[in-house]
Amino acid sequence: MRDAFIRALSEITAQDPRVMLVNGDLGFGVLTDFIERFPDNYVNAGVAEQNMTAVACGMALAGARAYTYSIGNFPTMRCLEQIRNDVCYHRADVTVVSIGAGFSYGQLGVSHFATEDLAVLRAIPELTVVSPSDAWQAYALTHQLHALGGPSYLRLDKTAAGLSEVPIEIGRARTVRKGADAVIFATGSILGEAVAAAHGLASEGRSVRVVDIHTLKPFDAESVCEAAEACKTVVTLEEHVVNGGLGGAVAEACLEGGAAVTAFRRMGLPDIFPSIVGDQAWLRAHFGLDRTTVANTVRQLLL
Amino acid sequence: MSSETEALALRLRRHVVRMCSAGGSSHVGSGLSIADIVALLYGEVLRVDPANPDWADRDRFILSKGHAGACIYAALAESAFFPVAQLAAHYRNGSNLSGHVSHKNVPGVELSTGSLGHGLGVGAGMAMQLRRMGGRQRVFVLLSDGECDEGSNWEAALFAAHHRLAKLCAIVDYNKLQSLAPVEDTLALEPFADKWRAFGWTVDHVDGHDHRALGAAFHAASQSDRPACIIADTIKGRGVSFMEHQVLWHYRSPQGAELEAALLELGCGYANA
Repeated sequence: MRDAFIRALSEITAQDPRVMLVNGDLGFGVLTDFIERFPDNYVNAGVAEQNMTAVACGMALAGARAYTYSIGNFPTMRCLEQIRNDVCYHRADVTVVSIGAGFSYGQLGVSHFATEDLAVLRAIPELTVVSPSDAWQAYALTHQLHALGGPSYLRLDKTAAGLSEVPIEIGRARTVRKGADAVIFATGSILGEAVAAAHGLASEGRSVRVVDIHTLKPFDAESVCEAAEACKTVVTLEEHVVNGGLGGAVAEACLEGGAAVTAFRRMGLPDIFPSIVGDQAWLRAHFGLDRTTVANTVRQLLL
Repeated sequence: MSSETEALALRLRRHVVRMCSAGGSSHVGSGLSIADIVALLYGEVLRVDPANPDWADRDRFILSKGHAGACIYAALAESAFFPVAQLAAHYRNGSNLSGHVSHKNVPGVELSTGSLGHGLGVGAGMAMQLRRMGGRQRVFVLLSDGECDEGSNWEAALFAAHHRLAKLCAIVDYNKLQSLAPVEDTLALEPFADKWRAFGWTVDHVDGHDHRALGAAFHAASQSDRPACIIADTIKGRGVSFMEHQVLWHYRSPQGAELEAALLELGCGYANA
């Protein structure tokens, strides 16, 4: 996904000299081509994320279209107040890019688990929050965010859902798979687990809808409500704590929209810090976020 | 240096005292501390256009110590960015003039602050982008001394020096009192000028109430090939004898006889004069 982002940003920069990529001293090998092609559109702010974000904000307020870039929680929580007070309150044209969503850096330990960012960032006014599930989405959403302008957060996963490319639009939920017995809402590459679970359930005669929520904010409450109302049994799946992220957003939309939901389950990390490590797939399975557990959860809810 | 900027500083002090009294707000001492620096900036140094606050070629001023916002609102009103009468709304219910300086619906404010340690990095970004675009605008950031406890300032100091942001000028309101106690008893900053020099900045250390010295320092900063830091020795509460050097007046709002006495010292016979 990060390569797709950089490819899109390179295309954007070739057209728009206002672009400024402010890097937090990461991206070995990934950014080399961009830096060589666009030396005037790049600065390495060093290992100083508060300043990276403040500088990007100042540049944006003086006419740049700025991007900050780092991994995990560094460009988000480390400098959360710069995002809130400087970027968002001033509606500065800064896109915060974090690679390493969820357990992307699963072996590196809790410092590198980006598993609360969606809840934290979707609470901030003015910020668009997107969480693509595939590289082609990262590419498309990068272009769309640039066209949209204004503060945004782009959450990039190491892995991909592996679904084929279709047109998407910021702020519009995408139905990936039709179904009427239950609906799974998912965000990020873990969407692939939801689709695999739905596929397995289909062979048992259960028709499970899967909806891709690539935009957490603005949240497509209307589509979510419609899907929940139609399917009655609702599951949310995210590589993120269950508090306040996708599950919270779906629950809020369903309750406030009056959707007649009969069963509701948020699948995500429990309210703990994982102290063990592993690769992304292993950690997903360990915390019950893999296709098998998703399918079992839906089965139980449909009993 | 001019009698005009000194007269402006006096008017700013009167506004600050009245605003902090009428709204019942804190930070009157901070506003009095920076009044001369702000008067020099708005009266002489900054190239801004009140009729066109978004003029692309304007200099930028950021009050990083946002709690002294009353003084900036006063300077903007005195500079005709908005009517002086609007200052009466400061701190009131429904007002745009918040206790900490805010840009929303207030022409002339470049950056909203209030959480310390935000202004210098944003100012560095502005200076870098303006240079990228071939501009000659200067960017001024006014910091408090206690604010220099925030590590983000030193991130910005490294960055600005590394990139030789010569149009960036930081001014530290060095009144040597912070929230609870003297700066040196809280987290010692000395040798303070050496710290900025070691980070690669040009440093000038002046009397922050001496308009001639401040004017010379702003001029010297404009000639620097590196970012410049003006350490301005100031007195918290300057101009009102019973507020000077008193932590109490970081918090207390002058009322009744205190207000009258303060305004009398600032040359006003009556609180409503």
